[in-house]
Amino acid sequence: MGNELESDDVGGIPFAPPSPSRFGKFGGQYVPETLIAALDELEEAYRESQEDAGFHAEFEDLLRDFVGRPSPLFRARRLEEAVGGGPIYLKREDLNHTGAHKINNTIGQTLLARRMGKRRIIAETGAGQHGVATATACALFDLECVVYMGEEDVERQALNVFRMELLGARVVPVESGTRTLKDATNEAIRDWVTNVETTHYIIGSVVGPSPFPRMVRDFQSVIGREAREQILEKEGRLPAAVLACVGGGSNAMGAFHAFVGDRDVRLVGVEAAGEGLESGRHSASLSAGTPGVLHGSLSYLLQDEDGQVAPAHSVSAGLDYPGVGPELSFLRDEGRVSYASVTDDKALEAFHRLSELEGIIPALETAHALAYLLGEGRDEVRNGAVLLCLSGRGDKDVAHVARLEGRRPAGSLA
Amino acid sequence: MMHAAAEAGADILELGIPFSDPLADGPTIQKATFEALEKGMSVRGALEILQDFRRERRTPVVLFTYLNPVLHFGLESFVEAAREAGAEGILLTDLPAGADGALEEVVRAGGLDLIRLLAPTSSPARIEAVSRGASGFLYYISRTGVTGARTEIREDLGHEVRSIRERVDLPVAVGFGISSPEQAALVAEVADGVVVGSALVEALGRGGVEAGKAFLESLRRGMDAPRG
Repeated sequence: MGNELESDDVGGIPFAPPSPSRFGKFGGQYVPETLIAALDELEEAYRESQEDAGFHAEFEDLLRDFVGRPSPLFRARRLEEAVGGGPIYLKREDLNHTGAHKINNTIGQTLLARRMGKRRIIAETGAGQHGVATATACALFDLECVVYMGEEDVERQALNVFRMELLGARVVPVESGTRTLKDATNEAIRDWVTNVETTHYIIGSVVGPSPFPRMVRDFQSVIGREAREQILEKEGRLPAAVLACVGGGSNAMGAFHAFVGDRDVRLVGVEAAGEGLESGRHSASLSAGTPGVLHGSLSYLLQDEDGQVAPAHSVSAGLDYPGVGPELSFLRDEGRVSYASVTDDKALEAFHRLSELEGIIPALETAHALAYLLGEGRDEVRNGAVLLCLSGRGDKDVAHVARLEGRRPAGSLA
Repeated sequence: MMHAAAEAGADILELGIPFSDPLADGPTIQKATFEALEKGMSVRGALEILQDFRRERRTPVVLFTYLNPVLHFGLESFVEAAREAGAEGILLTDLPAGADGALEEVVRAGGLDLIRLLAPTSSPARIEAVSRGASGFLYYISRTGVTGARTEIREDLGHEVRSIRERVDLPVAVGFGISSPEQAALVAEVADGVVVGSALVEALGRGGVEAGKAFLESLRRGMDAPRG
């Protein structure tokens, strides 16, 4: 990955000035003309919903009674021993219905789709968690659901494919390009361009054209709001650091948002270093990318010397994405969010460590944040409490990890 | 192929610069894109092809691509290089009107026509806003969707194109899905231009430059035939 471009100097051109559709220069609406009307409609519906007490009440009721919020904040004492300090708190998004933070966003966007009168929902998915969360919300609201998933991910996340089908969704394997999340997103956008009049596209992360990055962040910001209150109650003070894994960045922005104004709280995003940053086989766009335009917004991006998007790699399908949200790109350049990266091997090690230490099998995505805390980031505990967003549970990864380690669990679907 | 297209009677040529993530394109252009990239085609490579063509012919050329490859190249340098190579215009699929005034200004200041697209979903207010900043011609997308040949032309098309032409002074070309002389003739009745892409790529795939040229000649004949 070349770093030849300075972050504020993309191709020597000043980007459009900051506006509600941007975070600094990042973000925007770089999409085909056909989608402009739909984005305008979505922006309007979102704005109206935010001013509508009824919308908030329904969203909160569903988060409580259907998702199971608030999610607990758990003090991980054996993990503290392993790291050599503490306190360490895990925000248990893994205990949400469907097993990850993704459902916060899909419930919110499904309510919006209903408001706009759109009866057909499409989504992209990497690890399958967003696909499952979307299929779940669509079952609840009786909406048609189509999920695009890269062929490679269909293979490594077979359990989630079956779950989506059980929930009544149609899963479309995407054979083009890298056969992972990036190409599943391309295919979902192609579907949206074609069926835009009847269809709402539920993007699963804080990426895509405006208003998606802001809207998804807002729906996910419940994570940080709850965690902030919970840790204040338990510790009587704010954490020294908030850690989260970063693929597109929805659990990270969800966890960080409530703390962005607390300048003394360090915010650390942990990316997937795959086989190592030097290997070129990784997904660390904030650490090793340069600004570019993919999927409708300007953000940090892995790309080659000709501006072609470089294939990403990670052992975790949910982080296997060459871009990252525009707001995280902005917060990186502002110096507000620090970033680190963790290799596949270290993430797999942390996957086992947390399982053994705390009786919690984390998602492979989340394992990256844990690996940082167990390794390079162990000093984070020196300055006070550490809050780590445990974004998802690892049930979906069990078969994949067993296969990687040359074992085959009994009754495996994979 | 560009020479053959000019000989077959194309009035304007679109030269595509491949991008790894062609999210507005259907299977045909996607396949062509991936093959071109695999064979090493690049931004510079495309500009060289244009330059070679321009040495011999005057047929206007519009470069067609996505934003990222030209941003990475440096938009200002790209516009300059494209003009020097002989391009008249540029069409950036993922730079809709108003998305980025600073980038739009760079293209205009560099002396290239920024070709704007309009879609069936564009509202009358949007059509007027888009056409205000457009130059060269307007490209009307015949249906919601990605590029790719279709067997049918929508019935509303004539009405939509007429309503756009009432609002704008620029010529209006129609593309997306046009694949036969009959369709080209139908569209030519209401529009100033007919754009064909995927169907030409398919013809090239079937029988090389000769088939491509024959296909374009058949479209030309269809469009030029007297209406009865």
